[in-house]
Amino acid sequence: MTNTHQELLRCSGLGRRYAGVPALSGIDLSIRGGEVLAIVGENGAGKSTLLKMLSGVIAPSDGDISVADADGVLRAVQLSSVRDATRAGIALVHQELNLAENLDIAGSIFLGREPARFGFLDLHSMQASARGWLARVGLDLDPTTPCGALAIAQRQLVEVAKALSCNARILILDEPTSSLSAREADRMLEIMSELRAQGKAVVFVSHHLDEVLRIADRVIVLRDGHCTGVLERGAYDRDSIERLMVGRSIEPTEQRAARDSASVRLRVSGLTSAHRRAHPVSFVVKTGEIVGLAGLVGAGRTEVLEAIAAITPHGGQVHLDDVELRGNTAARVRRGVAIVPEDRARNGIFAASHVAMNMSLAWVDQNSRVRTVDTSAERGVVGKLMERMQLRPAEPDRLLHTLSGGNQQKSVIGRWIAVSPALLLLDEPTRGVDVAARAEIHAEIRRLADSGTSVLFASSDLEEVLMLADRVIVMHEGSIAGEFTVQEVDEVAIMHLATGGAPTGSRTQTAARGKEHRRGTKL
Amino acid sequence: MKKNLGILGIFLVVCVVASVFGQNFLTGYNLMNLTQRTSLFAIISLGAGLVIVTGGIDLSIGSVVCLAGITTPWLLVEHGWSPWVVIPLVLAGSALIGLFHGVLITRLRLQPFLVTLCGLLLYRGIARWMTSDQSQGFQGEFAGVRSIALAKFPIPLVENYQIPATVIPLVVLAIVIGVFLHRTVWGRWLLATGRNESAARYSGVPTAWLITMAYVACSLLSGFGGMLFIFDIGSAQPSDFGNFYELYAIAAAVLGGCSLRGGEASVFGIILGAATLQVLRTAIILLGLSSQLEFAVIGAVLLIGVTADELVRRFSVRRIERKQT
Repeated sequence: MTNTHQELLRCSGLGRRYAGVPALSGIDLSIRGGEVLAIVGENGAGKSTLLKMLSGVIAPSDGDISVADADGVLRAVQLSSVRDATRAGIALVHQELNLAENLDIAGSIFLGREPARFGFLDLHSMQASARGWLARVGLDLDPTTPCGALAIAQRQLVEVAKALSCNARILILDEPTSSLSAREADRMLEIMSELRAQGKAVVFVSHHLDEVLRIADRVIVLRDGHCTGVLERGAYDRDSIERLMVGRSIEPTEQRAARDSASVRLRVSGLTSAHRRAHPVSFVVKTGEIVGLAGLVGAGRTEVLEAIAAITPHGGQVHLDDVELRGNTAARVRRGVAIVPEDRARNGIFAASHVAMNMSLAWVDQNSRVRTVDTSAERGVVGKLMERMQLRPAEPDRLLHTLSGGNQQKSVIGRWIAVSPALLLLDEPTRGVDVAARAEIHAEIRRLADSGTSVLFASSDLEEVLMLADRVIVMHEGSIAGEFTVQEVDEVAIMHLATGGAPTGSRTQTAARGKEHRRGTKL
Repeated sequence: MKKNLGILGIFLVVCVVASVFGQNFLTGYNLMNLTQRTSLFAIISLGAGLVIVTGGIDLSIGSVVCLAGITTPWLLVEHGWSPWVVIPLVLAGSALIGLFHGVLITRLRLQPFLVTLCGLLLYRGIARWMTSDQSQGFQGEFAGVRSIALAKFPIPLVENYQIPATVIPLVVLAIVIGVFLHRTVWGRWLLATGRNESAARYSGVPTAWLITMAYVACSLLSGFGGMLFIFDIGSAQPSDFGNFYELYAIAAAVLGGCSLRGGEASVFGIILGAATLQVLRTAIILLGLSSQLEFAVIGAVLLIGVTADELVRRFSVRRIERKQT
């Protein structure tokens, strides 16, 4: 066993570029045995990129990684595959668990390196040794239990046992508690402390700062692909971490006129999504107002948007202009609801079709004579839309998948412009979009709102939320944690609520859940 | 039209080979026969095409052909019902079968392969049980009704060749479906649904309804085709009537440019595909090959056609991409 606090891994100048654009750069880091290291940052700060490089999933573009050998001497290594990382004693426990559901516990722990005698599986020794590894993570389960029958928390621990059985000295956990209940999460943190006591290095990513504060010996804060601070235990608190995570000042954008007097366009009361256990949420969006849904990945923003558009079945009521929205997505689109999905490739575009077809799909029925498509009129409208969205190149016959991400996104948003929707729902409106296209998309959203469309958008990018929204609704774990006008809030306050911090100060008091519930029952 | 060039090429090659090596290929009688069979198979292939456009599959076509085809003489002859009742009834029943498939697929989210595989077994079994596995036929009666499929229209100045009546429903259906797919909003929606069902739903397209209607149309065309087949041949055995017809229909659609991934279809291509398969079947007999080889030859030609199509597609995609970037 390694002696405690021995340096197990060191990386210097580590960076990764995608198509020339740096996702992460200049990371200097050392990982020691017997410590728990937390990596925190906003969505898109580069956390997953760092984890993937450390565990051999992707190769770094710059910098080097050294790993301690058996004598404790650091040697430079190339981690060009997960196999390399495993050999170097590094194991990644995935956020999306990758246990084979149909295998039993022993089978999945030893998947790919099954003990065999003359080519036959040695089931007996496999199960005996699986039992030993399970004990190390405090699981008292029969190794022949199929993995499909395990609870998520148990599966996660089986993954940890699997990592330990590979002789891992460095365990990397990607959001280990994100899908666990509070009690299971406590248990997971205990196991992490036990592993620390055994001399392992435990590296984990978490969006829950409470957990980080409880367990981490050191915290690395990432922002926009850079390391903004490495804090030792005792030298950090919630406030300092939040500041390092957010840390940039926002240029105040041109203020839009207040919408206080406008009529209520969208009224959501007691909304629950059938796809996810969540608390009912209630809120309103006024005519011409832009409301941003802030929160972390998994906070329930997408679920709210998809429930309103009936992409997923929902409970509770949604009223548009005081008439209840019913029926499927097609029926709601006809009432003036428009939705731009988060996963553009899967839910937004018709990659192998031309731009014109992509952009006309939402209104081609309104523009038709006796249900036949008037192709020349269609081309005319598409041409105007492309010009308005500054979609380049301006060729309606081009196949959509040959466009850049930003232009693809413009085509999906542009699809709705000719409809003049009453309510535009956008999920991550500028994900994977370059800066210029982002500004154009923002400008277009504002133009639509000025012409009376109500906009509700979800974004993980706090900068975008504050630039675009008139009002911000912060979600945390499926419920509304706060609601503010954009003037009374900043990134730190949003991050505080989004990571599960208690509402503090008079500012949040007025916007906290109590008001939300009163509003919900009154309406 | 460009994407039909491949199947047009295959069709012409097969025709040339058949007429050069088979001496009776270019006779009026043979061509008339070929036209008749092509029309019948093209009608059920168009149905298969509509389902394949959505990214689905219908394996029950042959069994629906059998059930509809067997029920028609069974009701007319054994039960003495009027054709004015029987024909609408059989067509409505076929449509109901499609509705049943569509609802299971869109509401319960069952896989089309499974639903229609069960349909294949179910309708064949019902047809055999209903008729006690006895051969059903018109016994020389109902010539008036059967003329729907048997009538021939002479062409002025042409001897030995008359246009079979089944060409009329085929042409009407081809025009209706072609206009539907390429000129109407619903056709646009159906193609969009086949290309990316999820994105279509996010755009407000009533995808579940469209997919259901595709299955209704497919079974309706199968039932209609089944009726024409039985009018044509006069009598049939419930145990083998329509066997493998779903495979002929799917093969014709795929040869005709329908991608099993959905979102691609050409009415003209499907008809050419159906014609190619019929010419092949005839050619095997005319060339004196053992008829036992029929399936092997069709399988081989289909495989060659689909492989060539895929290679051409990849090549042209790469060329377009190079041109556009």
